[in-house]
Amino acid sequence: MVEIGHFALVLALALALVQMIVPLVGARVASAPMMAVAGPVAVTGFALTALSFAALATAYALSDFSVASVWENSHSLQPLIYKITGTWGNHEGSMLLWVLILTFFGALVAVFGTNLPATLKANVLAVQGAIGTAFFLFILITSNPFARLSPAPIEGRDLNPILQDFGLAVHPPLLYLGYVGFSVCFSFSVAALIEGRIDAAWARWVRPWTLVAWIFLTGGIAMGSYWAYYELGWGGFWFWDPVENASFMPWLAGTALLHSAIVMEKRSALKIWTLLLAILTFSLSLLGTFLVRSGVLTSVHAFASDPTRGVFILAILMLFIGGSLALFALRASTLTAGGLFQPISREGALVLNNLFLTTATATVLIGTLYPLAIEALSADKISVGAPFFNLTFAPLMVPLLVLVPFGPLLAWKRGDILAAAQRLMAAFAMALLAALATLLFIDGASVLAALGAGLAFWLICGALTDLAVKSGFGNVGPAVAARRLVGLPRSIFGTAIAHLGLGLTLLGMVGTLCFGSERILSMHPGETVEIAGRTLRFEGLYPARGPNYTEERGRFVLLGANGAPLTEVVSAKRLYPVRQTTTTEAGIRTIGFSQLYVSLGDQAEDGSVVVRAWWKPLVTLIWGGGLVMMAGGTLSLMDRRLRVGAPARRRGRTAAAAGVPS
Amino acid sequence: MIRARLSLAAFAFLSVLAFSGVAQAVKPDEMLADPALEARARALSEGLRCMVCQNQSIDESDADLARDLRILVRERLKAGDTDEQVVDYLVSRYGEFVLLKPRFEARNALLWGAPALLLLAGGIFVFRASRKRRAGEASGLTEQEKAALEALLKRE
Repeated sequence: MVEIGHFALVLALALALVQMIVPLVGARVASAPMMAVAGPVAVTGFALTALSFAALATAYALSDFSVASVWENSHSLQPLIYKITGTWGNHEGSMLLWVLILTFFGALVAVFGTNLPATLKANVLAVQGAIGTAFFLFILITSNPFARLSPAPIEGRDLNPILQDFGLAVHPPLLYLGYVGFSVCFSFSVAALIEGRIDAAWARWVRPWTLVAWIFLTGGIAMGSYWAYYELGWGGFWFWDPVENASFMPWLAGTALLHSAIVMEKRSALKIWTLLLAILTFSLSLLGTFLVRSGVLTSVHAFASDPTRGVFILAILMLFIGGSLALFALRASTLTAGGLFQPISREGALVLNNLFLTTATATVLIGTLYPLAIEALSADKISVGAPFFNLTFAPLMVPLLVLVPFGPLLAWKRGDILAAAQRLMAAFAMALLAALATLLFIDGASVLAALGAGLAFWLICGALTDLAVKSGFGNVGPAVAARRLVGLPRSIFGTAIAHLGLGLTLLGMVGTLCFGSERILSMHPGETVEIAGRTLRFEGLYPARGPNYTEERGRFVLLGANGAPLTEVVSAKRLYPVRQTTTTEAGIRTIGFSQLYVSLGDQAEDGSVVVRAWWKPLVTLIWGGGLVMMAGGTLSLMDRRLRVGAPARRRGRTAAAAGVPS
Repeated sequence: MIRARLSLAAFAFLSVLAFSGVAQAVKPDEMLADPALEARARALSEGLRCMVCQNQSIDESDADLARDLRILVRERLKAGDTDEQVVDYLVSRYGEFVLLKPRFEARNALLWGAPALLLLAGGIFVFRASRKRRAGEASGLTEQEKAALEALLKRE
């Protein structure tokens, strides 16, 4: 069965080669049969890759330790879910997941792209095939998951205990669906450059794919942040780790791409921005793949790797990035001029948006790669850590966030900034109120914290203002406006909700960072500690067992203001005997939107235990905001106007009946 | 000990843990009695790298070296060093790799200057592109076309 998986992978490589060459040639010579090859080949390629992946997953599920990858990353005593998710908890398996999703998106384009012109579809699938070929070769040559061990070991080496968590089931697949999803946008861009034609219709086809990839990437990053938060023991949610940056950069560029595609679709403007951003976003995904797997940067995410892999991926990187940019340079002259617009207009606002986001992306990129550059040039080692990113990224984001509520309120082509500002007066007042309330009523609030809270409310209220204005509240009666609100196109809801989600995330960050409290102390059983107006009493340590670990559980009881017990909190230290690793499971209690976070430390000889407790106000909003952003994106995706693959003439367009300019 | 996070800018995001997966590492017996000094020690620790770990600061690493460095920082602070002096002392022993925030010096000019430079460059580029676009718009019609347009409009 494992060999079937291996063989399926080789066949998938062969099909990817076919998918790369035949439709491309077919599009050049206008041969319909050759172009038609693309669709079935893409779907079959996906089926074969899925078979290969299923074979590997089955080997994991059955604990077949004759497969080297299974032996290194699994154990017979593991719960089944970690056996299966452990398939992608290592380099080889996760690369297989990568190509699985790549071929999946290729198959989706083949199946759902029926409205695409034949040549465009052929070219898009050809580029997908090219990417697939490169990565299938990479896997088969340097990272084969199906390598066997003979004689087969009796027991495996267990999955890294930090990865034995539900997060592994969610975070990598979501993340890969995100940044491999951007390969479709890349393929569309290169295909358009090959054809020498790019227009509003192209932007319309690209936008759903961009949305899908963006939604998943947002989810993947949010899940990763949440997982690190509860797994790693003290409730940090973002660390500016190189690998985190590797996923964040495509997100920033992808957000810019998303907005750019909107302009292109509506006004046929910003073609160069959109093209370059599509190429850039996927290039950043490829770069991220390189950084994680080449051993070039120190990070806990880095897979164990050897230089051949790094060199191979670097070659792939240079081929695709260099090739696409060279193609762009060649073809840029054939791009026809787009719609004109005044600087103060929605297009203008989105250009500013692009500018800030790409500058932020570049800042993160430079910060991540700078130590490498310095080391290569001068053999000195420097660190660029969280303090640098906080000092540079945050100031870049603030002006952008201030601008966000203005964007949707400006008209296309020529916008009235004063009218927009007038409409945002209420939102501004709310923001000011929030800032003042923070400063006056919350202990220990600094000016920066107040400004952060104000900015968050500005975003939230700005999004609500957007919906109110588009429904006509204040211009027509409330009943009419309410009806219009319900009838608004989904993409307008999507925009407002996504921006609202951004505000929620910011609010969560401000709350956690500025208004939290921390206690670090040694406790004997029965002792209490005051935190956030409540009392935490330590009950004692109790041993327990899990399927493949032993643990010491610390039981705590949270007492309310009057001394009555509210709830129990349990934090544990686990020992996984196979890998001789300890992990700390934090005890987390959610109260409203905030969380009490308790983490057990070491035991001392006198029977006391080090206990660390944090009160994190509004912390759940950080990821809640991410979910809201995903919801906004999904709503936008469900807009009827987007579901048409190509702009077709429809009689009685119901979407326009709402009569609202968008 | 009570710690309320005071300022967004001063807070340094903590780095990711090594495979040991153990919680934040400051132990009660290391902490200084003076809360102000302890706060300074924590702030400094968050900016110092644990050199035997994978991308962690000494504030959150459980390694022995990290503990030694934490104690060292606190000793220097108790001896009356300023923050600058403590940092310089550590850099003189361990090199610049120990600093999580790169220094403001000529070698790192490109690093620190990048955001502002890029924003400026991008802004200039966008500005000039919009100028060119508007200039194009103004001279979009030839004289003949303008006359024809006038005639058409007059016919209305």
